[in-house]
Amino acid sequence: MATTTDVKPAPASLTNDEILRYSRHLIMPEVGMEGQQKLKAARVLCIGAGGLGSPLALYLAAAGVGTLGVVDFDVVDYTNLQRQIIYSTADVGRKKLDSAAEKLKGINPFLNLRTFETKLTSANALDLFREFDIVADGTDNFPTRYLVNDACVLAGKPNVYGSIFRFEGQASVFATEEGPCYRCLYPEPPPPGLVPSCAEGGVLGILPGLVGVMQATEVIKLILGIGDPLIGRLLLIDSLGMKFRELKLRKNPECPVCGTHRTITKLIDYNEFCGIRGEEKPVESGIPEMQVEELKRRLDAGEDLFILDVREPHEYQICNLGGHLIPLGDLPKRVNELDTSREIVAHCKMGGRSAKAVQFLRQAGFTKVKNLTGGITAWADRIDRSMPKY
Amino acid sequence: MAMPKIHIPMPLRQYAGKQAAVEVKSGTVADALAELLDQHPDLRRHLYNEDGKLRAFVNVYLNDEDVRYLQKEATPVHEGDTISIVPSIAGGKDLDDFQLSIAEMKSSPHRCCSPACCCR
Repeated sequence: MATTTDVKPAPASLTNDEILRYSRHLIMPEVGMEGQQKLKAARVLCIGAGGLGSPLALYLAAAGVGTLGVVDFDVVDYTNLQRQIIYSTADVGRKKLDSAAEKLKGINPFLNLRTFETKLTSANALDLFREFDIVADGTDNFPTRYLVNDACVLAGKPNVYGSIFRFEGQASVFATEEGPCYRCLYPEPPPPGLVPSCAEGGVLGILPGLVGVMQATEVIKLILGIGDPLIGRLLLIDSLGMKFRELKLRKNPECPVCGTHRTITKLIDYNEFCGIRGEEKPVESGIPEMQVEELKRRLDAGEDLFILDVREPHEYQICNLGGHLIPLGDLPKRVNELDTSREIVAHCKMGGRSAKAVQFLRQAGFTKVKNLTGGITAWADRIDRSMPKY
Repeated sequence: MAMPKIHIPMPLRQYAGKQAAVEVKSGTVADALAELLDQHPDLRRHLYNEDGKLRAFVNVYLNDEDVRYLQKEATPVHEGDTISIVPSIAGGKDLDDFQLSIAEMKSSPHRCCSPACCCR
């Protein structure tokens, strides 16, 4: 069933080199010269060059998509290499766009690559989207997801969606004229703190590869007008069970963005929508803090401090300060293991979870509890260089 | 035929004894969810708000249909049926990270507090 999505760039002609390059496409009647020309004329925007964006961009470049836009303002981090396969070890520390550009042009010099080293915002999204035919969303946070969705609907561009969590993923195509948009499925984002992604986070390295290539597949199907795109379909991917399930998605007639009585006609403040405080505002003060130097000094002096480690058991195995382990999620149940008369120093990996632990304990009546600023990472940075970081 | 079961999505498994699916008796979707919460009360605040309404970022499907387009929580559930709870996922950044101050985030090389940085 061909898509009714309107992706109608003027077909571009192919050189002899391109004809040879894409021969495996051209010899299939479903693609052929006409299809390959459509790919060359197409303009696809990838939001994010991370886990999902890596395989997405790589395969679109290889397939002969003529113009690829990539939006990312990040720098390659060592921990990215486990899954963001567009980057090499030598790229660590470089801007993602610089490294990605090299790889993509290396695969396909015919590619017209446009890079946008910027954060996608309500101020720039619409103008940017209008220069492309299809948007592929590979972002990692709710505000941007809603921004991309709304901008796609307002600009009339299909949104090829993919998302992942640990071992599971979702894929769909939103914001086509006849199909639902992201808000038809999820009218509201979860309030901060309610969707667990900390504590037991992580992601199987292959998963964004699996889902990202599915997104690339959907982009190509939309451009060529072949196959059955995931419009009105939510594909649920379970990589552990290697099971794929599909749920029906309906266009919600009451959707504020794409329904019959639209109330959202311009882009909004998405951080506010998702209930997130601006990054410029400082963290809530009032949590007593201790620096790692002070902890070291006092431990060396033989002081009787109780170290509370609120990380998970598998983190404790990587490195620890010999603290008493109570994972943050278990703290309410196990608070009786703590002695209110002792001075407690709580730590986690970087200080976020332990700050919550300290808040909780103070509310529970503990007066002698402090948060170790920067967590065990700060200890590994400044006190014990031999300690592994993760 | 098998008893109806409820698929627990990955982000919520830690509140359901790490199970991927829970068997329930037939009845309605409301009955099935109530039975799930009886067995795993920690799930309640993730699925329902203070007014007792299913949270807007959580969708419930009976087999492959969204119950909003069937009889909502009154939708009957039969043997062999599958109820899916499908929350929105964006992977990646722990939303609480946005509440760390800029200074804290700059002072350490990692951007996330979770064991593995970003699911993207």
